This record gives sequence, C-alpha cells and structure tokens, in this order.
Amino acid sequence: MKGNEALAEAAIQAGCRHFFGYPITPQTELAAYMSKKMPKIGGTYLQAESEIAAINMVLGAASAGVRAMTSSSSPGISLKSEGISYLAGSDLPAVIINVQRGGPGLGGIQPSQADYWQATKATGHGDFQILVFAPSTVQEMVDLVSDAFDLADQYRMPAMILADGMLGQMMEPVEIRPATDKKPLEKTWATNGHQGKRVHNVVNSLYLKAQDLERLVKERYQRYETIKQTQQRAEEYLMEDAEYAVVAYGASSRVSRSAVNAARELGIKVGLVRPISLWPFPVDAMQRAADKVKGLLVVEMSMGQMVDDVRLAVNGKKPVEFYGRTGGMIPTPAEVLGAIQKLAGGAK
Amino acid sequence: MSKNLNMLLAGFGGQGVLFAGKVIAYGGLMEGKEISWLPSYGPEMRGGTANCSVCISDKAIGSPLVVNPNVFVAMNLPSFDRFINDVEPGGTVIVDSYLIDKKVERDDVNAFYIPASRLAEENNLKGGANIILLGKLFRECGFCSEEALDRAIQKCVPPSKAHLLENNRKAIRIGMEYEG
Repeated sequence: MKGNEALAEAAIQAGCRHFFGYPITPQTELAAYMSKKMPKIGGTYLQAESEIAAINMVLGAASAGVRAMTSSSSPGISLKSEGISYLAGSDLPAVIINVQRGGPGLGGIQPSQADYWQATKATGHGDFQILVFAPSTVQEMVDLVSDAFDLADQYRMPAMILADGMLGQMMEPVEIRPATDKKPLEKTWATNGHQGKRVHNVVNSLYLKAQDLERLVKERYQRYETIKQTQQRAEEYLMEDAEYAVVAYGASSRVSRSAVNAARELGIKVGLVRPISLWPFPVDAMQRAADKVKGLLVVEMSMGQMVDDVRLAVNGKKPVEFYGRTGGMIPTPAEVLGAIQKLAGGAK
Repeated sequence: MSKNLNMLLAGFGGQGVLFAGKVIAYGGLMEGKEISWLPSYGPEMRGGTANCSVCISDKAIGSPLVVNPNVFVAMNLPSFDRFINDVEPGGTVIVDSYLIDKKVERDDVNAFYIPASRLAEENNLKGGANIILLGKLFRECGFCSEEALDRAIQKCVPPSKAHLLENNRKAIRIGMEYEG
C-alpha cells in the first residue's frame, strides 16, 4: 500500500469520518483515497475551496466532537497555520498530515524535511504546541495516525503527522489493524446540540480579559509539561555498544540506518537514535546517547532544523555535527557514511 | 535468491515502468520478503522519464531509494544513458534493444538484450513490453518463485481489467522464453 493511502485508511480505522482537503503534490493520493472511501462508509469527504477553508472545516467538525482530519503538503500547511492556531487556542483535537516537499515558497514537489521548525515551534501564532509524530515506514504511518487521534482527544489539542514525499509515495507491506471497539473519550465540551438538557458549551479562542487568557495558556502549558514527561518516543538501533550516534527521523532515518549498517561493516561502532515524537522531543533518549557516545551526527533533509533540539538536549556534553541535503536531494547512504567516518575520525 | 536486490526500472512515462515494478515488489511480498517500491513522481511522469526503485531483501529495508542498482531495466535511451554507469559492478542489466540502439560498454555487468517493444507488437500485446522485460528479468535473476510471480500478477491487474490477465501471463512467457 502507498504511504498516502495507508494514512487515509488508518484514519478511517481510527474512527475519522470527516475529512476536508485540498489537492497538492505529493499528498494527493490521500485525499483521493478519502474521496472514494468516505461516501461508502457514511463519512464526509469535502474538497474545500482552499487549504484555509479546509482547516476551518476541521475546526467546525472538531468543535462538534467528531474525529476530523485534513492533509496537505508544505505550502498548504503554511496556509493552514492560522486555523491550527485557532484549534490549539480552542483546545480542540484534530489530526493534520503534512507530507513535506521542498521549500521555501512553492519550492519543489520532491521529498523534504524542512518543515520541522514549523511543526514543532511555530505552526501558527501564539503560545502553543501541537503533538508531532514522524513515521519512518508505511506501517508506522498507520500506527501513528491511530495514536495521534487518541492523544489529540486525550489532551484536547491538534496532532500532526510529519511525513515527507518519499514516505507518502512509496509502497511497503502494511497491516491495517481493524477498527478497535475501544470507546472514544466522551467529549463533554462538544458543541453538538443538546435540546436544552444541559448548560450550553462554548468553543472559542478569543479572551479579551488578559487574566482569563493567561490562566488558560498556563493551564495548557501544564498539560504540555505532562506530555513532555510521558509521551516522548524514540527508537534506538545498535546503541548498546555505540561510540557514535546518528540522529535522524522519517525518510532520512532510513538512509541513516543503511549508512549505520555499512559503517558497522567497516568496524565503526555507531548506532542510530530515531525520534518518533518530534514534539515532545525525545530529550531523554538524546541525553542517554550523549552520556554514552563520543559524538553525534544529525542527518536531515534540510539545512539543519532538528539539530537545534539535539544540541539543546545534549547541552554541550558532546560534539553534535550535522549533514543535510535540501528539497528533493535525498542523501545517499554513501554520503551519510562519509559523514559518519568524518565524525569517527575527528572526534577521537 | 540470496542477496538483496536493489532494482531500478526506467523508461518513458506510459511504458508501464511503475506497474512492472509493482509486480516485482508483490512477487517478493508473496515470498515473505521485505520489499519497498518507490516511484519517481511529478512532472517527470508526463512525457519525460519515469523510474522506480524496488528493493527485495531478507532484512528490513533502509533507504528505499536505489542509487546504485544491482538490477537495472532500461526502457529508453535517456534512461539508459543516465543510469548505466550507476549499476553496481556484477549487476544485471536488461535492455529493450528495440528502443535502445546501444550496447553496454562496461564489461563488469551482465547485460541482456531483448527487443521487448517489437515482441509486444508482433504478439498483439500493445503496451506489454514492460511485462516482457519483466519475464526476461525473472529468468535472469529469479527474484521470486514462478507461482509467486503469477500471484503477484493477479494482485496487480485490477478487477476492472481482468481481461488483461492472460495477456500479462503471455507477455511474461515471451520474456522468459526469448533466446538472444
């Protein structure tokens, strides 16, 4: 199954029945899949007039308490950023998928990882975070969509799957778990009509009294603190005896895994730490790695964005080097191997 | 099959490069192998060159992007020129010799020539050159069992085009049996 289609099917299995989209390469297969499938299962597929309209439809649907999703690629996510900020400011759960392509501007249509900062630091204006998960296989795309819906509901906040054109376009074997009969959280806050049987709910992000606004933002940041402590996710590969660590997520982690294997064959003791949650960033895994290795190498399909978070987590304990290529220039395992050899040779 | 296969199939958009790659990937899947299929996508596909990477392995696949293939199937001259020097030494090269009027100049790869496009025309298999090449590839480096290949074909031909199933089987046989 193609990555984009797997994301769509996973959302349906997770109980999403409301999808609002707008076509953009390289994510269009996701919307196309939804357009075929949703009408058959009594769901809503709507191609909006723009990305901005689509995210605001998600906001409306999420307010009513249903599982809603939208998907796009980099330039489209920029357009959605206002709506994502409103979702966060209204404490609404929703899932947003970004199948990244090259930027800035219209950039290119080939795979990229240059939206890391946008996803983890500035998906829109204001003090807020969203959950960000980075799959590296088609199977993981499926699994993380399901988790993203659950955690978004649990913490009442938007969650993003940060994929890229390579993962979206590639096919791999995948097992779709059948829909769980796990009861979704009851959303007592939803504005879903009650025929006068309770006090009416309000979903809103406008608070003109500064004290009210600050109280809400602070409450939200307490939730973020809990999430940082409980939801960090990372995979450690060949780290037991590692003297060096490569840090990479998503598509670049796959290239890095090949490079790590090749380096091992040359006798270089190197492992891979692969962040799965980008927010919360897996600080603990980075610190564990920093205590163990002589140096770290961050590999991204960007000019260097996640490397900032790695450096913050490592906090100067060990040198952190960087290797990156930009939109569409997927690094080769040989290039990454070269960077590993440089690190291993230079950090003794 | 003992080693990892990193395949690159390349030609013009419309020749069925992606479809042939998909059949190969499914063939590997039917054998319980790890597989990946990655297309080139975008403006390249409209009239220009199209290619896809297919990996079949016993172990989890790292990068699905094949940069140095050990199997290369060339369906047009621009693709042949672009990738021939990237093939790993010892690799296998399958050339549609009806469309590519060139020989492989390297002596460190195993090259096979088959006029797949002409054979497709002669056998009334319009658009079947990709599968004829696949048949040849199957014979030269058996990426799965014959039974798995047939199941893969069944899986990849959509129900709406079921009448093309026999044509695909015929194309595979032509490719397998071609002597040249």
